[in-house]
Amino acid sequence: MRARGRLVNLAIDIFLFAFSLLMLLPLVFLVSNAFKTPQELLVWPPTVIPADPTVENFRAVLADTPLARWIFNSLAFAVLSMIAIVATSAISGYVLAKFRFRSLNVIFVIILATAIVPFEVYMIPLYFQAQMLGVLNSTWGLLLGYLVMSFGIFLIRQNVVHSIPDELLEAARIDGAGEFWIFWRIVLPLLRGALGALAVLAFFQAWTSFAWPMIVTTTRESYTIEVGLALFQTGFTVDLGRLSAASATVLVPSITLFVILRRNFVQSVASTGLKE
Amino acid sequence: MLQRKRWRFAMLAFLPTLAIFAWVRIYPIGETLRLSLHKWDILSKNKPFIGLDNFRELFHDRLFLDALVNTSIIAFGVLAVTIPLALVIAALIHHRTQSRFSGFYETAIFIPHVVSLVPAAMAWKWIFDAKLGPLNALLQYFGIPAQAWLFDPVLSVICIIVLCSWQALGYAVLIYLVGFKNLPLSLFEAAKLDGATGIQRFWHVSVPLLKPITLYVSVVTLISGFNVYAQAFVLASDSQGAPGRQVRVLVLDMLENSFRNYRVGYAASEAVVLLAIVLVLTLIQFGLLREKGGRS
Repeated sequence: MRARGRLVNLAIDIFLFAFSLLMLLPLVFLVSNAFKTPQELLVWPPTVIPADPTVENFRAVLADTPLARWIFNSLAFAVLSMIAIVATSAISGYVLAKFRFRSLNVIFVIILATAIVPFEVYMIPLYFQAQMLGVLNSTWGLLLGYLVMSFGIFLIRQNVVHSIPDELLEAARIDGAGEFWIFWRIVLPLLRGALGALAVLAFFQAWTSFAWPMIVTTTRESYTIEVGLALFQTGFTVDLGRLSAASATVLVPSITLFVILRRNFVQSVASTGLKE
Repeated sequence: MLQRKRWRFAMLAFLPTLAIFAWVRIYPIGETLRLSLHKWDILSKNKPFIGLDNFRELFHDRLFLDALVNTSIIAFGVLAVTIPLALVIAALIHHRTQSRFSGFYETAIFIPHVVSLVPAAMAWKWIFDAKLGPLNALLQYFGIPAQAWLFDPVLSVICIIVLCSWQALGYAVLIYLVGFKNLPLSLFEAAKLDGATGIQRFWHVSVPLLKPITLYVSVVTLISGFNVYAQAFVLASDSQGAPGRQVRVLVLDMLENSFRNYRVGYAASEAVVLLAIVLVLTLIQFGLLREKGGRS
């Protein structure tokens, strides 16, 4: 019985290991293709480790496209969006959790309700807003779509409700602390975990966004990396090695970042698991 | 006095966020609803109110109906692949929590969910490539003729489902793992005493108890399926950049109507249809959850 159980466990481990590798395989091939020569790209079965690794593809992509510029655009957009979402969520989550005014309840319900509405539903009117403000083809235009996050406000509010007792705030008030001081010195430090998780989620949300950057940016210089790559691959002169090189350049840093921040990220997805 | 100071802080702190929220969420959503009832054409000066005419027209519009059908097939296809697979994988990972590799399993399966879409789709585009792709090479090795995966409309849809499922799986597994961790152990002990095998316990104890989670994951998967765009854009646009080759999905049709045909009101009515689909799915989820909660 014991031995059989161990055998079953071994079989499950082998299966899961193989399945995990299978899930990673497309990404592994992408990175490996980036280093292959045009001849080796045609070899069957495809090699995992390039026999004759070359950085020619990377050089060609950098010559063909403003890849560095696209990465910078994406990075600026994602970082600013992350800051905006963390700030707006922290403040409004706190106020919505701890200040009991009837009008606030109505506002909270409205914020929750809009979380259901997919971005694609209202992005065209939002585009006209950006156009009116003259911020198309700029980081500000991109940012317009990603300044607030209903789920972020909800997440912080729930965290405040669960982890910040009223007594603590009252005690600080009796000691004469100002409201802003309380928020800055007591509330924010206690929310560090939740804010960290939200920051990771917000960063990746902007970094991987596609439809909005696709309509907001129309000049080659203003593309985000996602848009740049998507349009680059529809061009005439593109070959597989270059595409792989460009893709790998984007993927490897973001996978690395994810593995480092994994715990925070998994927590933020698992805690309630809504992405906007 | 104290109360007044608190009120002032709340207002000062909250108002900017509220203003931003109204400006970039509430207003555009309202505007979508308003535009959908107008013949709102960028090129014409007159933008008359036409009631539900846009919607009436939509349901005679071949391109829109194609897009609706494709998108539904993709959304339900991804659901059909993802849920059973995620349930089994999560059960196995949960069973092997003690395994030295359990962290690796979770990470490896979750990574496709977080990587940027376009590069990931690029990897799959190579796999499906008719001439260079390993998929066709593999098929031919077994004597199956090569397929034009990304050129045939039906096969393209299958390819999009594969790509989307690959991405959605990690998220579903993660949520199921949380669910497995919260299952009451006592029930499993009881089932074990009754002589239930592992598979029986999975099927008769875990699966029914995980129903709320299955429901939640299903709705989330369906909703993201209905918003599919980037995957279709990358996989099914050919190397000549001809948009005619694309698999038509709702978001694509919407964007074409507003930015190529300048029919913004018409596109807005499509957005409203998309919203209605998502809303119905969400209401079904809430309804089923409440029913469940009421009984227990």
